[in-house]
Amino acid sequence: MAGPLLSLAGVHTHIGRYHILQGVDLAVEDGGVTVLLGRNGAGKTTTLRTVMGLWKPSAGSVVFAGRPIGGAPTPDIARAGIAYVPESMGIFADLTVEENMVLAARDGPPDAGRLDWIFSVFPALRTFWHHRAGVLSGGQKQMLSIARAVIEPRRLILVDEPTKGIAPAIIESMIRAFLELKATGTTILLVEQNVRFAGAVGDRVAVMDDGRVVHTGSMRELVADAALQARLLGLSLEASH
Amino acid sequence: MTDATASPPTIPRRRLDAWPLVLVPALALVALPLVGSPTSWVTLTVAGLAMGMMIFVVASGLTLIFGLMDVLNFGHGAFIAVGAYVALSALGPLAPWLASGDPVQTVLALLTAAAVAMVVTGALGLVFERVIVRPVYGNHLKQILITMGGLIVAEQLIRVIWGADQKPMPLPAGLRGGIMLGDVAVEKFRLLAVGVGLAVFAAMTLVLNRTKLGLLIRAGVENGEMVEALGYRIRRLFVGVFVAGSALAGLGGTLWALYRETLTADIGGEVMVLVFIVIIIGGLGSVGGCFIGAILVALTANYVGYLAPKLALVSNIALMVAVLMWRPNGLWPVSKR
Amino acid sequence: MSLLSGDLPRSRILSLLLLAVLVGLAFAPFLFGGAQPINTAAKVCVFILLVASYDLLIGYSGIVSFAHTMFFGIGGYGVGLALYYGTATWPVALGGLAAALVTGVLLAFAIGLFSLRVRALFYAMITLAVASAFAVLASQLSAFTGGEDGRSFRVPDALRPGTKFLDAPLFGVDVNGRLLAYYIVFLTVLALFLLLLRIVNSPFGRVLQAIRENEFRAEALGYRVVRYRVAANCIAAALAVVAGGLNALWLRYTGPDTTLSFTIMMDILLMVVIGGMGTLYGSVLGATLFVVAQNYLQKLMGSAAQALEATPLLARLVDPDRWLLWLGVLFVLSVYFFPTGIVGRLRSGRQAR
Repeated sequence: MAGPLLSLAGVHTHIGRYHILQGVDLAVEDGGVTVLLGRNGAGKTTTLRTVMGLWKPSAGSVVFAGRPIGGAPTPDIARAGIAYVPESMGIFADLTVEENMVLAARDGPPDAGRLDWIFSVFPALRTFWHHRAGVLSGGQKQMLSIARAVIEPRRLILVDEPTKGIAPAIIESMIRAFLELKATGTTILLVEQNVRFAGAVGDRVAVMDDGRVVHTGSMRELVADAALQARLLGLSLEASH
Repeated sequence: MTDATASPPTIPRRRLDAWPLVLVPALALVALPLVGSPTSWVTLTVAGLAMGMMIFVVASGLTLIFGLMDVLNFGHGAFIAVGAYVALSALGPLAPWLASGDPVQTVLALLTAAAVAMVVTGALGLVFERVIVRPVYGNHLKQILITMGGLIVAEQLIRVIWGADQKPMPLPAGLRGGIMLGDVAVEKFRLLAVGVGLAVFAAMTLVLNRTKLGLLIRAGVENGEMVEALGYRIRRLFVGVFVAGSALAGLGGTLWALYRETLTADIGGEVMVLVFIVIIIGGLGSVGGCFIGAILVALTANYVGYLAPKLALVSNIALMVAVLMWRPNGLWPVSKR
Repeated sequence: MSLLSGDLPRSRILSLLLLAVLVGLAFAPFLFGGAQPINTAAKVCVFILLVASYDLLIGYSGIVSFAHTMFFGIGGYGVGLALYYGTATWPVALGGLAAALVTGVLLAFAIGLFSLRVRALFYAMITLAVASAFAVLASQLSAFTGGEDGRSFRVPDALRPGTKFLDAPLFGVDVNGRLLAYYIVFLTVLALFLLLLRIVNSPFGRVLQAIRENEFRAEALGYRVVRYRVAANCIAAALAVVAGGLNALWLRYTGPDTTLSFTIMMDILLMVVIGGMGTLYGSVLGATLFVVAQNYLQKLMGSAAQALEATPLLARLVDPDRWLLWLGVLFVLSVYFFPTGIVGRLRSGRQAR
């Protein structure tokens, strides 16, 4: 396919009186993981929500797979092939794990093969299959939220800080899940602060500041270049070494 | 130990919150010595259950509508009244069936009338949602005012169409009188009302728990945005629930009019006061809470109505206060994102 | 200007209209002869106070209450029953009003504390339930309250029609107890209206409006939202109690239809919306227009109904008893299209020019 899978050009988004996105230009290539980095308040979450149609852009264009989706209703965007794992995880606490998955599978009952794969990466979901999602631990809820996004093949998955407050052991299984997903050709746009995680799964990076994308490049390049890190992100990456 | 694979995980116990369930028999038992005579107590309890079911039928739709879209329709009472009047009109041509006194024909006639009432109120709900409610989403102040205005207009239109006088809505001969259970007489109509209410509750429980549509509604009550992000149009869902809720109010109105045996245009307002108390007690958006709340409110009203007739409605306020002191968000609050 | 607490009408037409209402009410007994216009004028005064106090809730605080008529009724029954069971003297009347004030404010405090912490919708539902319970209770305790019939009572001597203060009529008007009663109503309402104007323009009033605009922000700035709302609720209730007391004193009667009925609650809502929420001047115009229209519109509809006798359905649509239908339609339309009411229209018209 020619051109990027998702591209944002000059996107502005207002939330109430606040002007959050101030001209975002971003191209997400087909395949692989693009990591969105940046300080708190730089507009990363708003970018994902704008792509998903949960905030409507006030200017600019959002094009997915050759179709303009800026300002389209959220369900239409989802059905175009984009799945969303919000920072709050958005699981339905009153529903069981199974019921959460049944809703996520739009086109019929969840596919057995895909379910087996999900269980192999996130075994806890099998264990708690018939339990209310509300009783799961934070990490288990995060697994469920990711599992919902991948229960059917989607072309693009938007994931917002999946490792926030999650135990290291679960992060390991998430890395495995993301790498295996990547291998199936799924494209992922990931907002992430955890450097270990971002470095392990990321192919490309885009750095945001003050509502704009200020740098794009490869993950490897950024990890290798301490000066670039310092300039873009303060010392956040180096601090982890 | 956080990795679920490393050790057999402790199964989180699903906390069955049964306390609200205990309230119903507790209330009935407390009332027994106060009422004194066991036969009166049985009669009152059955009457309370019947009334509770009627209120539940009306309130369940309202609480779901609220849960799903954060819309509280103060005009819900209009559907109660319209339902009752339409049923009254529909019973006219069915008079021969009623006159026969045959229970089967009587029930069939009533079911037909109720069905007509539900179709009309459902259709009216569609219009009401489109014209009255949709323009004021997200603005509670306007919502309250507009739906209240809609209620006034609807009540006045009823007076224009059916006349302003009180209308008799006699209970058909086939449903008069009671069935003897031992030495206690239980009115047939009350049994019918309990039956209808339980059927609605069962159907609703089934739909909400066993169908994808029901799952979507429950999920939407909890987090509508995420339902949309999964690719479902919550608007359509909401319109569907609004129409169903309006139709149920029409059914409830039919039952309520038969229960009172008279009909005035402000019948809706009278029921709505109880309905509001019920959905507050139950927890806004909760169907289970609405069911328990309706029974509690109706039992209280009947027991107190017998012991101190003048305090019936006040006792319901007291019940509401007591419940909210115990659980500020109602008996079974719905978890919100 | 300080009398108006610096809150000027800010529109020439509005100023003229307000002045016309003020002059009309101040000299009503002399301008319009006969009993009917004076009754109308007194009713306008009472409703101005009632609607203005309601606007403190709905317009300035964003709280929708359906219990305002309950407080109106508490005032009416407080004064009415005191005079009915006691002697027709001033201390008894004032004692009744005081008792009503205490009851009303305590009740408002309890309801507010109980439900204002949750959310606006809750408050609307709970007040609706409490108000209907109160109305039912008032009509069921008929041995005490007179039930549906209400109670007619004697007022203090100075307020009776038979009491003449001057031997000769002044400008053609008898200077009697009724005239004094009218001016007591008028001046009390005028004073309390100016007090309300002061309240909404005080720091307290500004905090209320800040809370209405953004509850969370106000809370974050350190304002105790619940306290402010409860206080507004109590003030509004106290003023409604006074309005009820004045109404009873003027009518020499108290009963459910004149105080507690839900129809009156709807009237208040209509007046506040049509006049303009969030501006006390709107209450003046809303109440005046509504009460006057109620009298004359119904007559108009009556003749229209006669003219349309041939087509029963149309005739019934314009039957005087159906005037609430048209008000309801007007109400819905104004909430949609003129949410700022007459005053908002007049003011924005001025700014546009």
